[in-house]
Amino acid sequence: MNQSGGKGSMLTSSRKSNEVVLDQFPAGLRVLVVDDDPTCLKIVEKMLRTCHYEVTTCNRAESALASLQANRNGFDIVISDVHMPDMDGFKLLERIGLEMDLPVIMMSADDGKQVVMKGVTHGACDYLIKPIRIEELKNIWQHVVRKRKNEWKELEQSVSIEDGGDRMQKQFEDVDYSSSANEVGNWKSSKRRKDEEDEFEDKDDTSTLKKPRVVWSVELHQQFVAAVNQLGIDKAVPKKILELMNVPGLTRENVASHLQKYRLYLRRLSGVPQHQGGINASFMGTQDATFSPISSLTGLDLRALAVAGQLPAQRLSTLQAMSFARSSPKSGQPVPMVDQRNVFSFNNSKFKTGEGQLQQPNLGSNNQMNLLHGIPTTMEPKQLAELHQSFENMSNMQASVSPSNSPLMHRGSVRFPPNMSQTLMSNGLPGGLLPRCMPAGNGRGLGGYTNPVSQTTSSASLTFPMNHGPELSGSNSFPPLGSPPGIPSLTQKGPSKEDIPVNSDAKGSTTGGILPGYYLPNDLQQFQSNDWELQNVGLAFNSPQNTSSLTGNLENAAPLFVQQGISSGSMRNSSSGGGSKGSFVEGSHHQNLSSVVNSSVRIKSETVADTSYQNVLYTEHFGQEDLMSALLKQQEGIGPVNPEFDLDGYSVDNIHV
Amino acid sequence: MEKNQIHRQVALLRQSLFDQGFIDEQFVQLEELQDDTNPKFVEEVVTLYYRDSTRLIVCIEQALDKNPLDFNKLDSLMHQFKGSSSSIGARKVTAESTQFREYCKAGNGEGCMRSFQQMKKEYITLKKKLETYFQLARQVGPLDSTSRPN
Repeated sequence: MNQSGGKGSMLTSSRKSNEVVLDQFPAGLRVLVVDDDPTCLKIVEKMLRTCHYEVTTCNRAESALASLQANRNGFDIVISDVHMPDMDGFKLLERIGLEMDLPVIMMSADDGKQVVMKGVTHGACDYLIKPIRIEELKNIWQHVVRKRKNEWKELEQSVSIEDGGDRMQKQFEDVDYSSSANEVGNWKSSKRRKDEEDEFEDKDDTSTLKKPRVVWSVELHQQFVAAVNQLGIDKAVPKKILELMNVPGLTRENVASHLQKYRLYLRRLSGVPQHQGGINASFMGTQDATFSPISSLTGLDLRALAVAGQLPAQRLSTLQAMSFARSSPKSGQPVPMVDQRNVFSFNNSKFKTGEGQLQQPNLGSNNQMNLLHGIPTTMEPKQLAELHQSFENMSNMQASVSPSNSPLMHRGSVRFPPNMSQTLMSNGLPGGLLPRCMPAGNGRGLGGYTNPVSQTTSSASLTFPMNHGPELSGSNSFPPLGSPPGIPSLTQKGPSKEDIPVNSDAKGSTTGGILPGYYLPNDLQQFQSNDWELQNVGLAFNSPQNTSSLTGNLENAAPLFVQQGISSGSMRNSSSGGGSKGSFVEGSHHQNLSSVVNSSVRIKSETVADTSYQNVLYTEHFGQEDLMSALLKQQEGIGPVNPEFDLDGYSVDNIHV
Repeated sequence: MEKNQIHRQVALLRQSLFDQGFIDEQFVQLEELQDDTNPKFVEEVVTLYYRDSTRLIVCIEQALDKNPLDFNKLDSLMHQFKGSSSSIGARKVTAESTQFREYCKAGNGEGCMRSFQQMKKEYITLKKKLETYFQLARQVGPLDSTSRPN
């Protein structure tokens, strides 16, 4: 009796302690709040304290970043205002996502759809509208848990794909949780482990859950990027990267999770015009499970890869063939060919006929690849390196984009003649395929998108058509833009340059998502409405009636949106030939979405690759139905497109046409 | 007795502020945050708001003096101001701020001026009322925060 009683009590107490541990969470959640408005800061701080969270406040973005960097494992979640004097909230969001990979909640008095969409595309896990109520803050812990969960999933997938899942167990080890979340993590991981018991070699990794998070310093990241580039995108598996990096204490899991983020980042970048193709380029090669890299690889990426020698000529040609010639895809890459053609036909009225279904979605993975093949070395390895360097400072890129990227752009003799008429760029961009985005009045309207994109994408995009010169010109071979780097924003309609409001980002870039900048201004207009519709079909963004749905200036928005969807769609884009990941530049938002969706999408994208990405993509994968529907709705309304492309700080000016 | 009377007065004053639309539900959120560890929280926040927003108002005034008007800047300043105002539950002030922003978007300079003047009026009126309210409230100690506006 006593014994049993004793035992019972022991059991009870042990159970209790577990419960207590779990019950405590989310209390003690460490929140960092950033807002230049002292009133709001004070109120939110008090609210969070009332929720039993641990709060740290900052009234400047820079100091917030410094705090985060100084104390990498010191916070679980960040809440940031959108409008701040020293740094745009979305930039901060990106930085945090990249450097620290923490969930970030945006808040603002602005409840415009576009701004909210921007938050989504940049990777915010939530968006609160001021005035904030305490009820909204009570549940922010869910974002922390969700993120961890997704990280697990991603790791699992990547692991299983790369290593056959024998290391899955270690993944759990790698996931670091904040103290309060650790219990949850532990609980979850142990739960998971039970499920995967057979696969695990050792099971007692609970303790490892508390392993401190690896700090990816600039140097470490550079080593990582160098290793990835060396291996080539398609061969960049964590194991090999780890070997190349040869950093003591770094585990394969650390690399795997960082690789995931990097890919998301690239994907996002590819959507962003200015992006440094270099970075993306490195990922381009990766056709494997993570497809996202591919999808995100815009022309620029491909080009960069090509330039950097990442893509073997053979591969390039294959890719090209795939894209242009519709030949069977190489190595199983989805053949975006169909799409590509469509893409190319942008320039031509052909496009209008909708023949080109905007492949944008596809562009994601394969298409892009194909496009690049012909791309001459517009980007030198050096540039790539530069790009990589800038990876760390992505958020700073905006400004810097031009300097470093411009060379890229120009390399390929990216010419952005306003009327892109058949001026085949030396890069191989078929005439007319010039990345319009940039020069066109996109200027800022595009939300900076134009700039960056043009810079990078132009080069990239330029290169695409190159190979297919004849093809392209004929059919306006618009490289299958699924998500040409940054192109989306660029493509905006030529004509509407000036009036492209921020939303126009979406527009410009994607004249449908296809190659942003590839069209001639006039062409853009043309296909915008009609073609986009067709194209968009694929994209789950609803249906072709985009044009109508597109807001006034955003005619392109529809396509753009699609494109966006694609990129951001990492979720959705799967069809776009793996573009799922985020062919859309948004990158940032991708993080959230992507991570969530990615896991499911990734796999899908591979299969979907062929054709019909358009419709396939979007609706199926996402777990986030709400998002989808929101996006779809947006599509109709076309507003949202823009946010994605709004690359703050990306100055269009850099684009030298 | 007197205390009770003051209590009642405070309650009535508070209720009237809600009824007349000077403050809204958000103000209640602030009241609910007030507790023993922070018994003057609401007053502190409101004081902070008035101090900080003065700066913004000056900026807006300066911007309104320019010619031509920089609507983007005006909109941005007012956006910040609106964020603060809504956070303390200043309903009328927030409404005018919204109106101001609409005028900015429409490029209506005159509308902006008018709306700004109106907003300032509300802003000052609210300040006085809240000052009175807090003074009175101090005399009676913490109010029962469960009384919500009807």
